Amino acid sequence: MKYDKNKESIGIVTPKTCVIHEPLSLDSGETLESYQMCYETYGTLNSARTNAVLICHALSGDHHAAGYNQIDDRKPGWWDNCIGPNKPLDTNKFFVVCPNNLGGCGGSTGPLSKNPSSGKCYGPDFPIVTVRDWVESQAKLADELRIKSWAAVMGGSLGGMQAIQWSVAYPNRVRNAIVIAAASKLSTQNIAFNEISRQAILADPNFNNGHYNEKNTAPTDGLKLARMIGHMTYLSDDGLRAKFGRERTDTNTSFSFGAEFEVESYLQYQGDAFVNRFDANTYLLMTRALDYFDPAQNHGDDLRKTMASASARFLVISFSSDWRFSPARSREIVRSLLYSNKDVSYCEIESEFGHDSFLLPIPDYHQILTKYFRGICIS
Amino acid sequence: MKISELRPELTLIADWIENGSKVLDLGCGDGAFLAALREEKQVIGYGIEIDTDNIKACVDHSVNVIQSNIDDGLNDFEDDSFDYVIMSQTIQAVHHPHQTIDDMLRVGGQGIITFPNMGNWKCRLQLALGKMPVTKHLPHSWYDTPNIHMCTVKDFDELCKTRNIGILERATLNAQHEKIIGMPLFPNLRAEIAVYKINQSLS
Repeated sequence: MKYDKNKESIGIVTPKTCVIHEPLSLDSGETLESYQMCYETYGTLNSARTNAVLICHALSGDHHAAGYNQIDDRKPGWWDNCIGPNKPLDTNKFFVVCPNNLGGCGGSTGPLSKNPSSGKCYGPDFPIVTVRDWVESQAKLADELRIKSWAAVMGGSLGGMQAIQWSVAYPNRVRNAIVIAAASKLSTQNIAFNEISRQAILADPNFNNGHYNEKNTAPTDGLKLARMIGHMTYLSDDGLRAKFGRERTDTNTSFSFGAEFEVESYLQYQGDAFVNRFDANTYLLMTRALDYFDPAQNHGDDLRKTMASASARFLVISFSSDWRFSPARSREIVRSLLYSNKDVSYCEIESEFGHDSFLLPIPDYHQILTKYFRGICIS
Repeated sequence: MKISELRPELTLIADWIENGSKVLDLGCGDGAFLAALREEKQVIGYGIEIDTDNIKACVDHSVNVIQSNIDDGLNDFEDDSFDYVIMSQTIQAVHHPHQTIDDMLRVGGQGIITFPNMGNWKCRLQLALGKMPVTKHLPHSWYDTPNIHMCTVKDFDELCKTRNIGILERATLNAQHEKIIGMPLFPNLRAEIAVYKINQSLS
């Protein structure tokens, strides 16, 4: 899907950067003296500065959510089907901001950035960051952009966790929280999958305790395996069967271990593509941020008490075949909001595409988003 | 849409609801009723719906709606968390009406239920002629009807009695959907729609 100027799209976008000089105290106890936030914006901020929407990305996302960076880009941003003129998040109405999270590898300060104290890149020395740390850094970015309150904060999966965190950390700065395919904390099974992915990276002989860049190498096999494991868990059994069945790449059975089934070839392709664009240290950090997220922890494990401080309206969406962030997890969020009379709507979208559904233009899903965004008052 | 423009039974229900109260509407449809209650009676409302198109319509009305199957119970809701739990023209389609009513009265102080009255003379006449009733309010054939638990006014009164449910108000609507004024004669014969306000009887 190359850039086509005749097709509905935000078009060519250029990432921006913002350096925050105020120190950021992290949950880990460490401090980032200064840091860079790389972000993209779509649409126009109105004069009252009331139409800004924050997009929070998930594990493997970045700041490039919509449009094309270059005219010959093969693919648009990761949520281009949802963000743009006349799309569910309509950039004719809203000003959309999507930052790359700290610890990421898309241009914000992270393992690939230069560590001012050593002069070399951080690599494994980049502190482990949490969802709370991300929200704090995003709030600083909002200050820089002079956005007092977001018309909405929206995200899927790990992005949805950030929307939850925003709603309770800054109740007066979030008017709507759109929490998609998320959970208030990871399940045991989810943590286990993350650990398997991390072990794949850590066990790669090229990992070098995270100092692979200095040795001009990279744990590509480990990162590829981590991605392949993750990717399978984001899809569903039915979805995979519908897409690949038992189709072969070759009609002859080879009695060897090459990629003989279509699904194997697909996995290899996905893994290779990921390795080319992602950093292994970032992958480790992002999975840890997922594991650690548990905003009810400081409220006696009672999510109802945590969410009581929110004042946003909520839209919570789950997908029927998502077994990594199942509808039951979304229902927990909804139940906690109902307890303190928050405005909340919830929908479970019928879909066979598993967790990845949140990135797909499923008609019911996008229609609900469209209607919800239309109802958001920006005047 | 204004309350006065809604189905007559909903206009009647609205009269029974205090301003500023908290309402849960089971099977809330497109949310127009909750939206009207919010505008005209400052009600804090939530709807439950199973149908995705209705969810979209509720979102369009900026009405809080939770997609859920009533037959799975009202587990998302705490005890005594609503002033009223409404179920209009839905009781006949749930799997276990008595359990749903129990759940309504667990969650809400009062329950408001409306249903098509199978005891109406038109239904009785069709049965007397040997056919399952098909009327304006029960338009389905016996084999494809979602209405699996039809009852009469008399049946519902008996259910309330045996399960110790208090009947606070009862109204019946005739074929023109006008309220049958006063203590009607033969309500079970004349009513097409029955409307009840109930609570958990203390005795």
